[in-house]
Amino acid sequence: MNNKIINWFKYASPQSFYPLAGKMIPWFWALAAIFGGIGLWITFFAAPTDFQQGEGYRIIFIHVPAAWMSMFIYIVMAGWAALGLALNTRLSGMMAQALAPTGAIMAFLSLWTGAFWGKPMWGAWWVWDARLTSALILFFLYIGFIALQAAIDDPRRADKAGAILALVGVVNVPIIYFSVKWWNTLHQGASVSLTKAPTMAATMLWGMLIMALAFWMYSIAVALTRVRAIILEREAHTEWVKELPEVKGTGQ
Amino acid sequence: MNAILAVIRRDLLLAMRRKSEVLTALFFFVIVVSLFPLGIGPEAALLKKIAPGILWVAALLATMLGLARLFAPDHADGTLEQMVLSPTPLGLLITGKIAAHWITTGLPLVLLAPVLGIQFDLDAEALGILVVALLLGTPLLSLIGAIGAALTLGVRGGGVLLSLLVLPLYVPALIFGAGAVEAHISGLGAGGHLSLLAALLALAVFFAPWATTAALRIALE
Repeated sequence: MNNKIINWFKYASPQSFYPLAGKMIPWFWALAAIFGGIGLWITFFAAPTDFQQGEGYRIIFIHVPAAWMSMFIYIVMAGWAALGLALNTRLSGMMAQALAPTGAIMAFLSLWTGAFWGKPMWGAWWVWDARLTSALILFFLYIGFIALQAAIDDPRRADKAGAILALVGVVNVPIIYFSVKWWNTLHQGASVSLTKAPTMAATMLWGMLIMALAFWMYSIAVALTRVRAIILEREAHTEWVKELPEVKGTGQ
Repeated sequence: MNAILAVIRRDLLLAMRRKSEVLTALFFFVIVVSLFPLGIGPEAALLKKIAPGILWVAALLATMLGLARLFAPDHADGTLEQMVLSPTPLGLLITGKIAAHWITTGLPLVLLAPVLGIQFDLDAEALGILVVALLLGTPLLSLIGAIGAALTLGVRGGGVLLSLLVLPLYVPALIFGAGAVEAHISGLGAGGHLSLLAALLALAVFFAPWATTAALRIALE
């Protein structure tokens, strides 16, 4: 038991996490490619054409996983932020910083693909539906987090300030979601509701789940790659970074 | 409690010595509200319908103008560091500062809003609800804004960044605040909206000074 605890904390240091992340990245990329391949095959060939929505519905295989990831990543980011504030570990702040751009891209992707889906289905690029609006605000929260971290020069202060913002944001996300929802229902409701999803064919569901797994693996791989870059940047003054084979050759 | 009152008194005194800053935010509010009819057209029915939203959005923006000044002058002359070092808990002093910010920027907006509401042909009852909603909502804006002000203290491009951080968090206040008046006009009754606004205020009174204090300690580290 005692050993396990020590093992966990061992990887809280950037120095020991850097090679570990390096070893894990190829695996996550490989998994992302495999799941993505299967998922895309189901998306384009195996899944039947929807009798109401035609071929256009196939964009939900990208849209739904992206929307899920945008929400998950914010929560994971806030989790790392809380850990960083509580335990004062450097790596936590770096992880939060590494996750933010991926989350922002996912939020943007979900909005963008949603617009592509909405145009043929609803006849409008955008409706002020509760989910769309709260996804947009989530995107703004990501942008705020990234902007705040970028504006502060001292990385330790940037981490902590970002952590507080992420935590304030994560408390606010449900409040924002419900307020937007009630706002929408008190106005005239949207003519097509996303919540009343038609029962889905099993192949479609499987396709979506496998695509979601592919998105997970991709997000982890990208976040780890980014966190390695952040570690190199911030720890550039240390001896162990200077000893790394990939740094040594460049002659700094 | 004495400490809070002392901080409020001090900040109000400072505000009175520099009246132009308070008045700028107030006139900004008046001008923004007056610009909307010019942009949209003088159709009375439409203006009446969007009046609560306009007044609320203008109130959000006007509150934000004052936020950058909430901690920056005290940070510049070292007062803030003395507050951190003082034996009184920093959270109390910060609560006092937020209260003073509300009295100098939020309260004038509340008092001025009915006058501007008349321009939009709101009836007396709707005006009353607008005032109540703003009375509950503007402290909420000051409280949430204080977190953003503390996070961006001494940061490059702090003013613009502040709006980016704070405006998305203002969404619930905007929805329930403007929604209260609209619900009243459409005959649904404003009670639910006002209760939710009060609930948000209660949450913010509890958590926001705490988060602001944490952010200030990081900024002063």
